[in-house]
Amino acid sequence: MKMQLIQPFISAADCVLASTLQGPAKIGDLSMDEGGSLLHGPAVRIVIHGEIEGCIIVDMAPETAARVATTLAGEDIESSDQLISETVFELANMMIGNAVTLLNDHGYQFKVLPPEKHIQNKNVQSRTDMEETAIYFETSCGRIFLNICMRYNPRPRSDRMSMLTH
Amino acid sequence: MKSFAPLTRREDSQPVRYLVVDDSVFARKNLGKMINTFGGEVAGEAGDGCTAITEFERTRPDIVLMDITMPQMEGIEAVERIVRQHPEARIVMVSSVGYQDNILAALQKGARHFVQKPVKPDVLYEIIRYVLTDEDAHKQPAPAGEACS
Repeated sequence: MKMQLIQPFISAADCVLASTLQGPAKIGDLSMDEGGSLLHGPAVRIVIHGEIEGCIIVDMAPETAARVATTLAGEDIESSDQLISETVFELANMMIGNAVTLLNDHGYQFKVLPPEKHIQNKNVQSRTDMEETAIYFETSCGRIFLNICMRYNPRPRSDRMSMLTH
Repeated sequence: MKSFAPLTRREDSQPVRYLVVDDSVFARKNLGKMINTFGGEVAGEAGDGCTAITEFERTRPDIVLMDITMPQMEGIEAVERIVRQHPEARIVMVSSVGYQDNILAALQKGARHFVQKPVKPDVLYEIIRYVLTDEDAHKQPAPAGEACS
């Protein structure tokens, strides 16, 4: 996978986590492979279509999710509370939203679909022609994992010419 | 959370009433907390663009905080439909997806401003203050209505 596609996700996640969790987020190992990753707990998937195609999954262990929810809400939240999964959704939404903003500002055209719950232990990879990149961030609430499974779909030549002439 | 000098309506000095539109319950709750620190009140909430239109008609808020990426009907389409009927509507887009195309589309449809998530209370406060005092609201007459499908 092109590093220029991955870097915005790292930068955006780093920035959003540091801002929302009010502490530094240290970037952990980055791995690239062709197999799917097992999820650690509540997970959210965001699908993108267009010049870049694929999905991004944010997940974390349940206890990390509870701490994140408490930090973001500014109050204690019971572990059974629906708000925990809602918080994970919103955190994922902010991380991925900021990343796709950076990608779009670099000239990539695509559409982002609303976040959806990702099923536990379901293989991240949905297409054999997409490479997966897994990375985690060490935060004050625990590890937050990011799985990026994307490919670059170059625009047809006619589209590129059209862009040049407008 | 930091508190701010209360923002009030010009005409009657009453608290500003907000409609909060976001498919995330957490985001709505979080914005609601900020609104409280601004001295305002949440008049209504919606989780998608279609409900936002209905809630706008019901509550007639002073300010709408509108997410973009939502199920059923996205925020930009909801802005277009609300502003078509109510050119005076003051809508501020609040979204994590803040690329130029989205911002331009929202502004062209009638949104007054854009705030990128994660929202900083100071930034949102200043934007709302600006939007409340912006008199250059009614740019186009309202054409015939359109049903929300």
